[in-house]
Amino acid sequence: MKILSIDNVSLSFGGLKVLTEISFDVIKGEIFAIIGPNGAGKTSILNIISGFYHPDKGKVFFNGKDLTRIPADERAALGMGRTFQNIALYHGMSVLDNIKLGAHTHLKTGLMSGLWYWGAAHREEMELRKKIEEDIIDFLEIESIRKQPVSALAYGLQKRVELARALAMRPKVLLMDEPVAGMNAEETEDMARFILDIKEEYNITIVLIEHDMKMIMDISDRVLVLNFGKALTHGTPKEVQKHPDVIAAYLGQKKAETMEKG
Amino acid sequence: MDIFLQLISSGFLVGGIYALIALGFVLIYKATNIINFATGEFMMIGAYIFYSLMVYLKLSPFIGFPLVIIFAAILGFLVERLILRHMLGQPNISIIMVTIGLSSILLGLAEIIWGSSFRSFPPLFPRKPIILGEIVLRSNLFYGFLVAMAVVVIFLLLFKYAKVGIAMRATANDQMAAFSMGINVKTMFTISWAFGAIAASLGGIIIGNIGGVQPTLGHIGLKIFPIVILGGLDSIIGAVIGGFIVGIVENLAGGYLDPYFHGGVKDLAPFVVLIFILLIKPHGLFGTKEIERL
Amino acid sequence: MHIGDFKETYSSDQAVFINATSRFWLGILFALLILFPFVAGDYLLFMANLAGITIIGAVGLNILTGFAGLISLGHAAFIGVGGYTAAILSTRFDLPFLLCLPLSGLMAAFFGIIVGGPSLRLKGLYLCIATLAAQLILEFVFVHWESMTGGIRGMNISPPQIFGYVLDNDFKFYFVTLVMVILCVTFARNLFRTRVGRAFIAIRDRDISAELMGINLLRYKTYAFALSSFMAGISGCLWVNFLKTVTPEHFPLMESVRYLAMVIVGGMGSILGSILGAIFMTIVPELISTFLGFLVNIFPTAMSFLFPLQQVIFGLLIVGFLVFEPHGLAEIWRRIKNYFHLWPFEH
Repeated sequence: MKILSIDNVSLSFGGLKVLTEISFDVIKGEIFAIIGPNGAGKTSILNIISGFYHPDKGKVFFNGKDLTRIPADERAALGMGRTFQNIALYHGMSVLDNIKLGAHTHLKTGLMSGLWYWGAAHREEMELRKKIEEDIIDFLEIESIRKQPVSALAYGLQKRVELARALAMRPKVLLMDEPVAGMNAEETEDMARFILDIKEEYNITIVLIEHDMKMIMDISDRVLVLNFGKALTHGTPKEVQKHPDVIAAYLGQKKAETMEKG
Repeated sequence: MDIFLQLISSGFLVGGIYALIALGFVLIYKATNIINFATGEFMMIGAYIFYSLMVYLKLSPFIGFPLVIIFAAILGFLVERLILRHMLGQPNISIIMVTIGLSSILLGLAEIIWGSSFRSFPPLFPRKPIILGEIVLRSNLFYGFLVAMAVVVIFLLLFKYAKVGIAMRATANDQMAAFSMGINVKTMFTISWAFGAIAASLGGIIIGNIGGVQPTLGHIGLKIFPIVILGGLDSIIGAVIGGFIVGIVENLAGGYLDPYFHGGVKDLAPFVVLIFILLIKPHGLFGTKEIERL
Repeated sequence: MHIGDFKETYSSDQAVFINATSRFWLGILFALLILFPFVAGDYLLFMANLAGITIIGAVGLNILTGFAGLISLGHAAFIGVGGYTAAILSTRFDLPFLLCLPLSGLMAAFFGIIVGGPSLRLKGLYLCIATLAAQLILEFVFVHWESMTGGIRGMNISPPQIFGYVLDNDFKFYFVTLVMVILCVTFARNLFRTRVGRAFIAIRDRDISAELMGINLLRYKTYAFALSSFMAGISGCLWVNFLKTVTPEHFPLMESVRYLAMVIVGGMGSILGSILGAIFMTIVPELISTFLGFLVNIFPTAMSFLFPLQQVIFGLLIVGFLVFEPHGLAEIWRRIKNYFHLWPFEH
């Protein structure tokens, strides 16, 4: 069952062609990876899905629904979660508040009830806190840092908090942009484990951009390879690994020819 | 019809002078992404220093002008080095508020040093008004316009052809790229502030020559905002054209509407225009909408 | 020193006054605030009222600038709108004070949305420039719409009444001010325990990713701006009813700058900061005035420097705090408190 369909999407900024006729589907419950050299357009795809960029051509379908007219802030309510390449945590808030912010679309407190607070807003906040503590903080093992300001955290923990915030969005699809960038082997393994747990326990579909090939090959169900805004190929990790165009793009044309002969 | 042409002509001339000041503002914004709320105060300080040099030291304008340019460059340099350097990396709103604070400091200092009363400039240009057919143009305004345009042209040529100008444009366009090309970005910031201060100060002298100088001269500097919003915050051409348009519009508005409101319309009109521009075309005539990276 | 402080419910964990000690001190503060007018002299009572009215305006501006990150250069003008509304409603329509209060707030909020509205969908600095335009346009209106505002001479109003009880001196007015300050501060603080407050902070820190988190930027910026202007309006209404007069001179651009200084000096993004900043910036002009008063013996014209010296000092405070202590007095207070929390240990 397709949860996400990208249909013939093209994007350019002025004369620069960022994406050319990209089409792929993401199946519900799978981990779908997008890989490619820097500048290939990977983040732009996520930005189009999130609604931050508008494609010049083509459409995005979420659960069969055409997203073209739906503004970015409404896509979160549909079930689209997101983490960012450069950590986009809010430095003015603690870890807990950042996570609570993720749940924004699912809360109802308005200006008036917020000013009064006691009553409906308080109940909502307490329920939210309980849910976050049990489902997210416990799950991602970040109890000890929850009251700290995010700017005081180490890089790896910040990435994890960003993941926690994305989970608070109660996403059906989680778009992750380089979740293990800059992490050492141990942190990468932890994050990979969390991602797999998210898929299995919460049945969340994951679309993942990464450069860490080992991790991609280990945890993804299917992979799309991008180069200069064009799709080179897609398929299972094994299929993609053997594809000559992919080898050429990553290791060079000569290596590809050598491997073909050998 | 005569009144109409008269208003347009004087408006055009004053607009040219505004264009110079707006240019100073846009220079700083393009190079450093900082909105300089103290532009008006730079104007005012330039006028006061020139006044002091002429009246207290009895120097000739030919010496006074270059001296003010040097003072202004030093002022710009000091502001950038002493204050703004420390703000690198802080959010934009903090930096904007620093320039607001700076404008307050300069305003207060000027009043303390020179007092709050109005001073009129000793005449710089021949007094005879310029007469073009039915239109009478005050000599201060006319010659002031010529000087302002000369300075604008010099600046524009500098940017297009001189090495430092090209370096400034490169920094304005893409700091990272300029840096990797070996351009000392920090120096470019300082130079941009120096040039911005120079442009504003020269504009201040010209305006001071037309209408006299008092600490509130800086308020004229607030008109920068309608001008650069109309022209586009990051557009040099926009600053110049915006200056002319605002000069003409305010003159027309003042000329026709002042009687109904007992005065003051001229200074207000640009801001009413500003509100409308924000509604219709907020990036102005020539401004570019930023492409944000996520 | 705090030790052994365990919370057993989320509710108590997230309380504003989180332990018995702070509740104790809060109680003491309340008692002092209520006793104050009985022991204070005329001057202090006047200043206290002034400070309270200023606090409300400062909290409003901090919500917009400190929490939501949108600079306003028009805050004084919106306070003026509230003030003139209150004056007009009470002199022309004989509306009672308690009704004037919310109406002044609404009027200021209304004007705010009209002038600021178009720029709310753009980047923050456009709002900054739009509020500057609002400030200048409203200053013009205050002076020139003589039929409504009384022009340069302004308007006088008779002392406000609450259910027949006339507030004809500073002592009686103090309690009204106190109640209004407590209400405003409480409601403002409440907001930041909910998703609305968090949304404001997100908009300030990273508005693009806030949008992708599901926050409708236009709606929340409008909330912040409307709320800020509403509180300015209330502050204006209180101001006018306290001084029993309103003139255009009270709401110049420099006053907007003074309010910005309050937010910066007190601490952006902190309700406590707004209070500290407001009190600080109410005292500073008085200090300058007193200082110059002393100097008059040596320099007879010293008092003419009052206004420009204020401007220099406001500017220095703004620049100084932004460069050296960007989190303001609230941060300094927090450091002092932490020191005592751990005392006599260092860590």
